[in-house]
This record gives sequence, C-alpha cells and structure tokens, in this order.
Amino acid sequence: MESNWTSPWLFLVYSVVKPIFGTLILVFMYLIILGGVQDQTLFSFMFIGNAFYMFVAQTMFGVAYVVQEDRERFKTLKQVYIAPISYFMYIVGRAISKLAITALAVVITLIFGVAFLNVGVDLGATDWLLFGVGLFVGLLCVVVIGVALAGITFLTARHSSGINEGIAGLFYLFCGVVYPMTVLPSWGQTIGMAIPFTYWLEMMRRALAPGTDFSAISGLGGYSNLEITALLLATTVVFLIISVAIFRYADHLARKKGKLDMNSTY
Amino acid sequence: MIDWRLQCRAIYGRAYPRAIGALREPSWMFFDIFLPLLSISAFIFYYRALGAPAVYEGFVVIGGAMTAFWLSVMWGMATQFYWEKETGNLELYMMAPMSKMSILAGMALGGMFLTSVRAISTIVLGVIIFQVQMQLTSPLLLVFAFIITLIALYGMGMLFSSLYMFWGRGAWHLSNLMQEPIYLVSGFYFPVKQLGFYVAMAASIIPITLGLDSMRQILFGAGANGLLPVVEEIAILCVVAVVFIIAAWYSLRHMEYLGKKEGRLVLRSQ
Repeated sequence: MESNWTSPWLFLVYSVVKPIFGTLILVFMYLIILGGVQDQTLFSFMFIGNAFYMFVAQTMFGVAYVVQEDRERFKTLKQVYIAPISYFMYIVGRAISKLAITALAVVITLIFGVAFLNVGVDLGATDWLLFGVGLFVGLLCVVVIGVALAGITFLTARHSSGINEGIAGLFYLFCGVVYPMTVLPSWGQTIGMAIPFTYWLEMMRRALAPGTDFSAISGLGGYSNLEITALLLATTVVFLIISVAIFRYADHLARKKGKLDMNSTY
Repeated sequence: MIDWRLQCRAIYGRAYPRAIGALREPSWMFFDIFLPLLSISAFIFYYRALGAPAVYEGFVVIGGAMTAFWLSVMWGMATQFYWEKETGNLELYMMAPMSKMSILAGMALGGMFLTSVRAISTIVLGVIIFQVQMQLTSPLLLVFAFIITLIALYGMGMLFSSLYMFWGRGAWHLSNLMQEPIYLVSGFYFPVKQLGFYVAMAASIIPITLGLDSMRQILFGAGANGLLPVVEEIAILCVVAVVFIIAAWYSLRHMEYLGKKEGRLVLRSQ
C-alpha cells in the first residue's frame, strides 16, 4: 500500500533520499565547524543516533497519517474499520511496513557512514544480544507511540501532522539524538531520562560501536548495559500502557462522536 | 480586454481564506510557531555541542524560521491545484471567468501573509530564547531583501503549481521529497558558501538560497560569510522573480490546454 503510487525503483529512491539528506545536513554542520572528523566519538554519537532516529521520525509520523489518509483521501476508513479484523492490528501492520521501508534507509545511512566517514560501527565486535534486544524493544516503542498518535488522529480534523511532528520534535530535542544530553539544561535532561528513546539510542551506540567510549559524553556513562536495558524496558512498558489506553479511549470517543467518517475536505 | 477589477476580486477572494484562516483556527498558530522552534532548538544545541561560534545560532534561527516559507510554497502553492483537483474545486476555477494567474497570485499573497506572521513570530521567540546577537545595519535593505525573496519564491511556487496540476499522487510525494535536500543545498542551517562556490551558485536557482544569504549578511555582517555582495544577490533575485512569474504564466496556459485535451483536469485519485 505504501508504494502503489509509483514503480518499485522510484519508491526505493524516494524512501532513502529524504532521511539520508537529513543526515547530510548534520554531517555538513559538523564538518563546517570542526573541519573534519577528528573527534570520532562525538561524530559516531551523532551519526548512529540520527540513523536510528529515522525509525522514530518516519514510522511514527507515517502511522498516524494512515488514519487521516484512509479517512480523508482514500475514504476507505469505514470499510477497513467494519471489516472482521482488529483496527489496532491493522495500524500495527501498517507500522511494520513503514519500519521495513525505514530500515533500508537506516542501513544505507550506516553503510555510507562507515565507508566514507569513519563512523565507529564494528560489526565484528558488535554486541548482537544487546543490539537485538534493544532494536526489538525500541521498535516496539516506536510502533505503540505511533498507534497512540493514530488514535488521537481519529479525533482531529487536520492537526495530526502538527501533533506528530511536535511529538517527534520533542523526542529529537530531549533524547540526545545528535548531541549529548549534557548540553541540555538540567530540566531538559530530566525530561530526556523519562523517554525510552534516550536509552534505546544509547543501547544502539554501545552495541554497534563497542570500541568507541561514549561514556564521557553521553550523560549515561554511569549506567551499565544491563541497567540501560532495564530502563528501556521500564519506560517502554509505561509508554505501552499509556499508548494503548490513549488509542482505546480515542477509538471509543471517535465512534461516539461520529468522527470515523469525518471529512474536512482538506 | 482584461477586466482588472475582476482579477483583483479573484486575488482578494483567494487570499482571504488564507489570511483569515489563522484567526478562525488559532491552534494552527501554536503548531506553526512552536514546531519550527523545536528543530531550531535541537540544531542550536547541536552547534553548542560542536563548540560553534555564537553567530551560527543566529543562522539556525533565521534559517529555521524560513523553512516555513519553503513548506508554504511546496504545500500551499505547488501542491494546491492538485488538492483542488482532488476536492473538486479545480473545475470551478476553470469555469470562472477570471485568469488562473489571479488565483495563483491570491494563493501566493495569502500564503505570504500567513507564513510571514508565523515565521517572524518564530524568529522573535528564537532570538529572545537563545539571545541571538545581531548587527542590523540597514533595516530597509533587509525588508527589501525579504520581500523580493518572497516574490521570487512564490513565483517559483506558481510555476510548480501549474506543473503539479497535471500530476497525480506523485505530486504529494515530490513535495515531501523536496524538503531535506533543499534545506541542505540552500544552506538553511549554515552559510551556503560552505558548500563550495559552484554548488552554491547552482542552488541559487532556488530563490531562498540567495534570499537567506543576503538577509544573513544584512543581519550578521561579515560573520555571515556571504556568497556574493548583498546588492548582487538582490539583483539576481529580482531577475529570478520576473523569470519565474513569466514562466508560470506560460506553463499554466500550456498545462491547462494539455489537461483539457487529455481530460485530466477532473481526474481524481490517480
């Protein structure tokens, strides 16, 4: 469904160009200020964090937009909703397809970084257990937050893109995606510590680049791998409960107020 | 003979919903001012983590606010006729007796007003929150550079609009695609000269490249590391503005003819 508007090759290019150029903006900013990749730790920190954040930005936004797209553009939401399937699982399915598409962009970005920019990813030394657990829990978290945003989209006319971008922007700002959290004021760091993606990105960095010591700059150096995993799991469970509750309540409210077939012709 | 009164009424009529829309739904103001501030804040913290000179924070504030204009041109101008086709308004425009250029001009004026209010609010908030230091030498030149940038930019939007009118869902995806690449080559977050002179000159086909560079030079002086002298950049923008508007007029006529000939003006959900 995601790619039926064009040929597979064009869709492939489309899927990777946007996130890769987003990364290149950061790379150029880095190179302009520091003149080269002398500080490999900071550069790898930024590059790996930004690469995995693509999942958050692309998938969360895409999942929530599914509702608006089905309802307003294709006008198929009612038919999908009354079909003998769980709409919740339908949204999860759409999210998984977006994850798969984004994964391609993430892999290409990382390959580019390792090949041309000396990013410290070392697959030979990768902690695959940490990577596997972290990736699974992190992506689960991306999907459940996306589902919550999809629920909110049921109730809004055309605010969904603003809400999605706002939430993704807050995560980008507070989770130490491209800069260490220690740059933020203390209240900003506190917010960041309550969000699962902070721990998820730290896990991805530690797992993929075990030869690079991020502990001095990340602000999470005092936590062991096990503690980071536990914090990721704990915050994800909290977000999972909140997200499912938001979706269920929004779904109920949307049916009660007749919002499922709302058409703002926007 | 052109009925100028009718054209002016069409311009006003199309600009009106955009200008008044902000007042009817004030929550949009929150999203359009607050959201750019999030990315601006993130890029400023990134520059701070890199130890960049303070002037770069000013570049980010101005560039980040100007993204609103690029998004307005891509989504509010270029894609607009495609939306109108999808919602069934396009055939009404075609039947009405005014020039379609008046519709585009109204869209552009309304979009300029609405986006200017939001972008300037973002700049003011960004300057206050991050205490950006500016050395404004010529306010009049700044206003002129800003206005001519908008005219050239929305002229480009008018040209794109006529092209997009002919396309299907690809138009939506093309607009989506033309964000990050343009932010990079137009130097939204750093002086475009840093990309190299020839790359920067090639990127100058997008009016916001030279517009941003000239405004930064006026606001931050030599620290802006400008591509060309301000006067030359403004002169190029004036030429580009005229070229885009004339090209939009020809393109619109041609696309309308093609659309009628091939029956695609009312073809939806393609």
